[in-house]
Amino acid sequence: MPSPERALRPVEVDATEEIMGIQMGPSHPATHGTIKFNLKLDGEVIVECDVEVGYLHRGFEKMVEQGTWTQAIPYTDRLNYASPLINNVGFVLAVEKLCGIEVPERCQYIRVIMSEVSRIADHLTCLGMAATELGAMTVGFLTNEARELLYDIIEAVTGARVTVSYTRIGGVARDLTADTPERIRAAFRNLRGILDDCDKLLTRNRIFHDRMAGIGVISAEDAIAYGLTGPMLRSTGVSYDVRKAQPYSGYDRFDFEVPIGTRGDNYDRFLCRMNEMEQSMRIVEQALRDLPPGPVCIDDPRFVLPPKQRVYTSIEGLMHHFKLIMEGIKVPRGEVYHAVEGANGELGFYIVSDGSGRPYRCRVRPPCFLGMAALGEMLRGHMVADIIATFGMVNMIGGECDR
Amino acid sequence: MGLSADEMLACVRRAGGDGIRDAQQPYGQATVTIDRDAALEIFQALRDRPELALNFLMDITAVDYLGETPRFEVVYHLYSLLHQHRLRVKIRVPEDEPWVHSLTGLWKAANWLEREVWDMFGIRFIGHPDPRRILLYEEFVGHPLRKDYPVTKRQPLTPERDPIATGWKFHAQP
Repeated sequence: MPSPERALRPVEVDATEEIMGIQMGPSHPATHGTIKFNLKLDGEVIVECDVEVGYLHRGFEKMVEQGTWTQAIPYTDRLNYASPLINNVGFVLAVEKLCGIEVPERCQYIRVIMSEVSRIADHLTCLGMAATELGAMTVGFLTNEARELLYDIIEAVTGARVTVSYTRIGGVARDLTADTPERIRAAFRNLRGILDDCDKLLTRNRIFHDRMAGIGVISAEDAIAYGLTGPMLRSTGVSYDVRKAQPYSGYDRFDFEVPIGTRGDNYDRFLCRMNEMEQSMRIVEQALRDLPPGPVCIDDPRFVLPPKQRVYTSIEGLMHHFKLIMEGIKVPRGEVYHAVEGANGELGFYIVSDGSGRPYRCRVRPPCFLGMAALGEMLRGHMVADIIATFGMVNMIGGECDR
Repeated sequence: MGLSADEMLACVRRAGGDGIRDAQQPYGQATVTIDRDAALEIFQALRDRPELALNFLMDITAVDYLGETPRFEVVYHLYSLLHQHRLRVKIRVPEDEPWVHSLTGLWKAANWLEREVWDMFGIRFIGHPDPRRILLYEEFVGHPLRKDYPVTKRQPLTPERDPIATGWKFHAQP
């Protein structure tokens, strides 16, 4: 059991030296994301680091309460904008649980495929940014090139690169295009080559290793006490992945592994993310192989908009369309918590419905918010330059952390 | 794969004793409402009892049921890494005494999560070591996720320029 009284990492302060207070951020060229570190320094050693978040607070939870359930989906794009599809899926899964909807099998497969493509894009963003900030700019260009391959697929399927709004309550907005499986396979062939290059450039690179290994260490007990999930928790050797522990959307159908680390430092987090991309590709390949035919939405006029043909030619179609647009989906009274595995950890949606057409409360459990909570302690006793490496591996996404 | 919701609620009742007011399982998710005064002992028991072992504090949030008494509900989500089960714990909090005990002594994750609930709902956490706002700025007045906080209200830190009063035009007029 974690003990909260556990002694903090000792910092030897030279009494003759003066402690300097300095503010790093909120707009700093070497941190991606708007964030402020209030530092107390002894020379270059961090004695205390107070992390200040909230610069990107838009009032997501308040805004969701204003519209209908369907109108909340575009807001979820703007949470973790590096992997918006996972947010879409997480939100609609929670609402579907409240409505008692079971989506068709093809829809589940499509959600899995798009989620995993998004996860790879998110990890590529994280690695590329972190490597660039440490001076390995080549890797930044390589990962951006790789991400572009995935964004092309996402754009072809959803119509947008980042603000996708792809899922609907009861299904997805549209089916995969006919050539999507072939495009994904071709993209993965290129992606594996690029990842090989990144691996050669970073994994056994002396400079990169020295900057990452042994920095930002957190023990498994502390990680659990801080509520860390995702690669940050798995790097400490704890194998917790929502896709394995509580499978949703049929993740139990697929054969994949959960990479874990041993030391809980930045280097292990980097390796976890590198290996997770390969596992995500395996899941997508299995899903494409087994992709069943059929509809991508449930057939229920209470939840899903009728096809335009029916709206224009039949009175029932027009009425269903009108009711869904003007009044919104009537989600039954109740509350539910549903978690999915986001790219940074457990992304949970706790939603409360009062039976009207609008959400009464929608709470997001943001994985990187808790990662940022632990950052101050992870940095204590390290050098100022280690902030960049550690912050990069926490992979804070402002939209999700600050909401 | 952990305990079923029924078995879990029976375990929680044994662990919580008289502090448990209500136990339900909406949508198969075990949910208990507990006494505010007994909260610390109950949470400690939930975390440390081996048959429950709810060692993860996943989330703390609140819901404002404006018009009901008591008005607020603080909602905790716990998870057990060992048994892979979840539990939702709720505490009702009245409007005139909006406080609960802080869980910062049990879980470090409680620190920031409780700061956020204070920031958004104005619920105090007794015993919190650092009760500052977290997402909003210290000069902010009110708590925006309360249902009686108007969504259109603005509190700019620097005065906003009124385009009409200053004669400043957003678009070039033809």
